[in-house]
Amino acid sequence: MYKAFLIKYAEIAIKGKNRYIFEDALVDQIKYQLRNVEGSFKIVKEMGRIFIYAQSEFDYEETVEALKRVFGIYGICPAIVLEDEGFEALSKEVAEYVKKVYGDRNLTFKVNTRRNKKSYPMQSMEVSSALGGVILDACPNMKVDVHHPDVFINVEIRNKIYLYSENIPGPGGMPLGTNGSAMLLLSGGIDSPVAGYMIAKRGVKIDAVYFHAPPYTSERAKQKVVDLAKLVARYSGPIRLHVVNFTDIQLYIYDKCPHEELTIIMRRYMMKIAEQFARADGCMALVTGESIGQVASQTIHSLAATNEVCTMPVFRPVIGFDKQEIVDVATKINTYETSILPYEDCCTIFVAKHPVTKPNIEIIKRSEEKLQDKIDEMVKEAVETAETIICE
Amino acid sequence: MEAYLDNSATTRCYEEVRDIVVKTMMEDYGNPSAMHLKGVEAEKYVKDAAKKIAATLKVQEKEIYFTSGGTEGDNWALMGTALAKQRQGKHIITTVFEHAAVSAPMAWLEEQGFEITRIPVDEEGNLSLETLKEALREDTILVSAMFVNNEVGAVLPVEEIGKIIKEKNPGTLYHVDAIQAYGKYRIYPKRMGIDLLSVSGHKIHGPKGTGFLYISDKAKIRPLILGGRQQNGMRSGTDNVPGIAGLGTAAEKIYKNLDSNTEHMKTLKLYFAEELGKIENVKINGPKPENGAPHILNVSFLGVRSEVLLHALEDMGIYVSAGSACSSHKRSGSPSLTALGLSVERKESAVRFSFSEFTVREELDYTLEALKKVLPMLRRYARK
Repeated sequence: MYKAFLIKYAEIAIKGKNRYIFEDALVDQIKYQLRNVEGSFKIVKEMGRIFIYAQSEFDYEETVEALKRVFGIYGICPAIVLEDEGFEALSKEVAEYVKKVYGDRNLTFKVNTRRNKKSYPMQSMEVSSALGGVILDACPNMKVDVHHPDVFINVEIRNKIYLYSENIPGPGGMPLGTNGSAMLLLSGGIDSPVAGYMIAKRGVKIDAVYFHAPPYTSERAKQKVVDLAKLVARYSGPIRLHVVNFTDIQLYIYDKCPHEELTIIMRRYMMKIAEQFARADGCMALVTGESIGQVASQTIHSLAATNEVCTMPVFRPVIGFDKQEIVDVATKINTYETSILPYEDCCTIFVAKHPVTKPNIEIIKRSEEKLQDKIDEMVKEAVETAETIICE
Repeated sequence: MEAYLDNSATTRCYEEVRDIVVKTMMEDYGNPSAMHLKGVEAEKYVKDAAKKIAATLKVQEKEIYFTSGGTEGDNWALMGTALAKQRQGKHIITTVFEHAAVSAPMAWLEEQGFEITRIPVDEEGNLSLETLKEALREDTILVSAMFVNNEVGAVLPVEEIGKIIKEKNPGTLYHVDAIQAYGKYRIYPKRMGIDLLSVSGHKIHGPKGTGFLYISDKAKIRPLILGGRQQNGMRSGTDNVPGIAGLGTAAEKIYKNLDSNTEHMKTLKLYFAEELGKIENVKINGPKPENGAPHILNVSFLGVRSEVLLHALEDMGIYVSAGSACSSHKRSGSPSLTALGLSVERKESAVRFSFSEFTVREELDYTLEALKKVLPMLRRYARK
């Protein structure tokens, strides 16, 4: 039935002179997401909106699913495209369309007409009221409400006539690539993929670092992180995942530093290493899945201690989320089931029974002095030997 | 160097198996149910495989039913018996340390209203025959016991169990999960009182996705997979000719050299156990090495989590399996090891080494060297 989609976008509309940058990025992202969808499409910017025209037979469900992954899209309106064959023909099509979409449901509606083709013999208001009558006749359960209708029946008269009513919510946010890039610290857990998704949603390109600790963490744990990166990449586009072998550094800290400080010191080095990759990849910020108070290393004291080594801004988009709220997003973006596969990650293998929850930065720094001999070299080696995997 | 010591998980195929699989895929690829010549040719492979397998068990060809593997055979034996005999009774006996392919359908049958009695074992995996005797009742329709435990290699007295069952209640069917025993022991169902016997192909150098269930012609169980009435209507679905042909070839070959092969494995196992004994804080789990199955040795390296040791060995090309996969969050451990009453520390550090006729002494020496290298390091960095 549908041959086209009208794409609604929200925040881009207020971007003033830079608006074209955002619109072009949105068109690019739509093209990217539709690349593997069955069918061929033409994407057109016109009159402050984006239209997607199907140029062939296409898979409707697949197309909508793909568009739901394009950040910056606020609403997806599947549209019917009609030739102008007079008002009577239009009335018939409108009646049939409304019947098909809403059937005999009790709904209130309003017809909105836009007449871009000024040569059309009727004015917008006339078209709307005449079509309102047609719909009332066709669907006896529907009523008109021009102030707060349940549904809008939109009619746009151009060279062809476009008819749309349904509005499928898009993910919102901003088109990818319009806000620079950031380096995500990706573990195998539930939170970090969600954090990556949320930052990508603001138009930020994402790359990622994973800390691998063989033989304490398995090949499967690494594969799980690759799989998670691929799931996030469905939204964010290809992710460069840097896999860092962290075992030696971890064991060195274990040897030299008080056991209850292990996790904090470890995380400080993870941040430092992540920054090195961020700089190399041209990222301007780090992203983590931390949430206040979730575990010992995420108390406000611990976060401050971890943050102290960072010179870049650290974005923590789920910082104020409860676990369930994070799980809800993870379920929505389809990472949850992979995240809960039971492979150990490097943060838990040597975790102390009673880690510090209120680390004192000065004490932590003093403990780190015991690492002086070898740590810089070890960090250097970890960065140099990292494996980079493109996840898409 | 590579050392594949996970033969209880799966084995490498015999070359003869590969050849016949390829032949039945590329040349004699007919459907055995077809009426034309191409079908007749394919059917020959199926008949031939049944004949070879039947010969190893000294049973009739028509008592061999091909399945998709050990799990299907176990499920079918239990559910098929329960469905066929539920009017005679709803009591079933099994052991506490069965493979999940038996214990999971047992739990399902329990949910369906069957009463399940699970006979305990001691720390070496010896089954209490007295308890079994007492548990047998008039309404006991089925006893299911594994021949060789897959995790620790404990060997159950299958023949004695058969005798006890048939003396007390001849109508009770006796199922033996022989997935780890077939190809290691001579198994004669008629003599041992076994009515149902499940076997898997890929544990005996055959293809994965193959296996058979022996069903004594006196035992009546219900089919679970219905359809085109292949295999006398007992197990529908087009015969997996390449798999069946491969399975038959593997069965014939493994029994041809049974004695020398099991002797070879046993020698290796005893040698390995003795050498391991020289490393400190190593405990053999389950039966004493000389008593257990020739190809399975379960060992705890105290102070090292099995998963970590597995990955450390993997890094050196040594493949073993961990007694239990546990993470810091869920410390459950394997049901078999729990059934033996082992401590948490022992369960968490348990590793299974399993051998085949292809295993050579060099692999074991290499593994021993590797263990001596990694154990001190891994023990030093234990979780505090």
